Amino acid sequence: MTKRITADEVTHVATLARLRVADDELVMFTEQLAAVLETASALEALDLDGVEPMAQPYALTNVLREDVVTPSLDPTEVLAMAPAAEDGRFRVPPALGDAQ
Amino acid sequence: MSTPTAIEIAAQVRSGSQSATAALESSLSDIAERDRELHSFLHLTEDRARAQAAAVDAVVAAGNDPGPLAGVPIALKDNMCTRGAPTTCSSKMLEGWKPPYDATVVSRLEAAGALVVGKTNLDEFAMGSSTENSAFGPTRNPHDPSRVPGGSSGGSAAAVGAGLVPVSLGSDTGGSIRQPASLCGVVGVKPTYGAVSRYGLIAFASSLDQIGPFATTVGDAALVLDAISGHDPLDATSIPAAIPTVSSALTNGVAGKRIGIIDELMGEGIDEDVLRQTELAAEAFRSAGATVERVSIPATIYGLAAYYLIAPAEASSNLARYDGVRYGARVDGGNVEAMNIATRTAGFGDEVKRRIMLGTYALSSGYYDAYYGKAQRVRSLIAAEFATAYEQFDLLLSPTSPSTAFELGAKSDPMALYMCDVCTIPSNLVGHPAMSVPFGSGDDGLPIGVQILAPMLHEPAMFAAAAVLEAAQKGSS
Repeated sequence: MTKRITADEVTHVATLARLRVADDELVMFTEQLAAVLETASALEALDLDGVEPMAQPYALTNVLREDVVTPSLDPTEVLAMAPAAEDGRFRVPPALGDAQ
Repeated sequence: MSTPTAIEIAAQVRSGSQSATAALESSLSDIAERDRELHSFLHLTEDRARAQAAAVDAVVAAGNDPGPLAGVPIALKDNMCTRGAPTTCSSKMLEGWKPPYDATVVSRLEAAGALVVGKTNLDEFAMGSSTENSAFGPTRNPHDPSRVPGGSSGGSAAAVGAGLVPVSLGSDTGGSIRQPASLCGVVGVKPTYGAVSRYGLIAFASSLDQIGPFATTVGDAALVLDAISGHDPLDATSIPAAIPTVSSALTNGVAGKRIGIIDELMGEGIDEDVLRQTELAAEAFRSAGATVERVSIPATIYGLAAYYLIAPAEASSNLARYDGVRYGARVDGGNVEAMNIATRTAGFGDEVKRRIMLGTYALSSGYYDAYYGKAQRVRSLIAAEFATAYEQFDLLLSPTSPSTAFELGAKSDPMALYMCDVCTIPSNLVGHPAMSVPFGSGDDGLPIGVQILAPMLHEPAMFAAAAVLEAAQKGSS
């Protein structure tokens, strides 16, 4: 946990998050992420054996509704806000093939 | 107070002594005149507000009751969806997007007779503590335009602090309502997690986010909170039970209440004048019949570190939806992945990218247990210590912000800005309500707020205590 994050790791994480970090930004982001993670290393001092993780403050489980049809968003209105649409569907570039 | 309160406006509109249209035009003309310097609004929703005001006036003319917020102009942080009107999150990613639906809070406000006048500035996707991280330029503090209003709900806080609107809504993930309320000299409330619907609130960190009001008075904040709280089937995390109303509890006082000052938030890193005002607030509670003692909640000092793993982790997941396919910006690429990357790289600002990368790292293989898993366990630890403290105390007290409003550009280092949230983060981690109440000013003459914390769904006692501080302030000024 104490190992300092490297520039290569930042580049890898950016790729996972579908972001591109320019060369001149890489040093800045690496230093800033390292500073936050260093603060987080304060947690290492805590003995957390037997402490359960808490994902949400008000634990509701299996929130269900009646299986009845209710109005949904107007497809025309939704597609009007899409960057590209065609024949009632979202239009995207090819999934395969080279990037330009 | 020169600007009328929401309670006064609603009373006048309901009785017919002032029209909703007149109340609206007064607010709109204040905004036109004074918001050029502050930049608290990103866009106005004048047409919608005028139509709503006319509808309210028609209800009054017909002899019917237009609701508890009749004719009250209200501003919304621009991360709450308004159908057909821009909702940008202060990001280039959502510039030009118009949501196809209203957030539940918007529907509830309008059902209560309120007039939505516009959308306010914020740090991009609510990530920040100064409203400087907006793609559309910063907001300035109404008490001193060379200073920040706090953040991330800085526009909503500044608009109320400047008297442009009597009330507004913000969202609070780590202090984004309470800290700007403190810096702008207004009341700001983060309700219990699940008390107010998040449907239509653009997600930042879903287990922490909560909508709440800004107001110039405790009574106005109560009026708005009562109008927006309550179960909503459209939000699966909404509490499926009755939420206690707060307006009816404002005169309950604090006599016989036990109030604890959180030891760990009364020392290092907190300015002297802020500590002094917090002690004076404790004195006001004692004068009103409460017992006030110090209480130690040691795990609160780990709140900041846990938060800056949990919030980015949730954000990295939530913000994956901005892929250039269904809404918002798109930058073309030769294939889908290239388009995704080009869109996200151009659309997000640096702070958003930092948090997405941080969260992706904290969740990635090999680091999940060490970072995210550990932070979630710290969250349990803090919750357990709060539970212990609330066996001895009814309410807790602390500073809201470590300092008064700072100069624009003063905190360029991200970690320095993150420290602004040290007093407010614990309540988000455990889901408890907390609010900031103006209580005097600092050595620089700028406003200081103190924070009142309460157990889950104990908003009535929290508001009763806030009203005590408000009355003490009026008595001393």
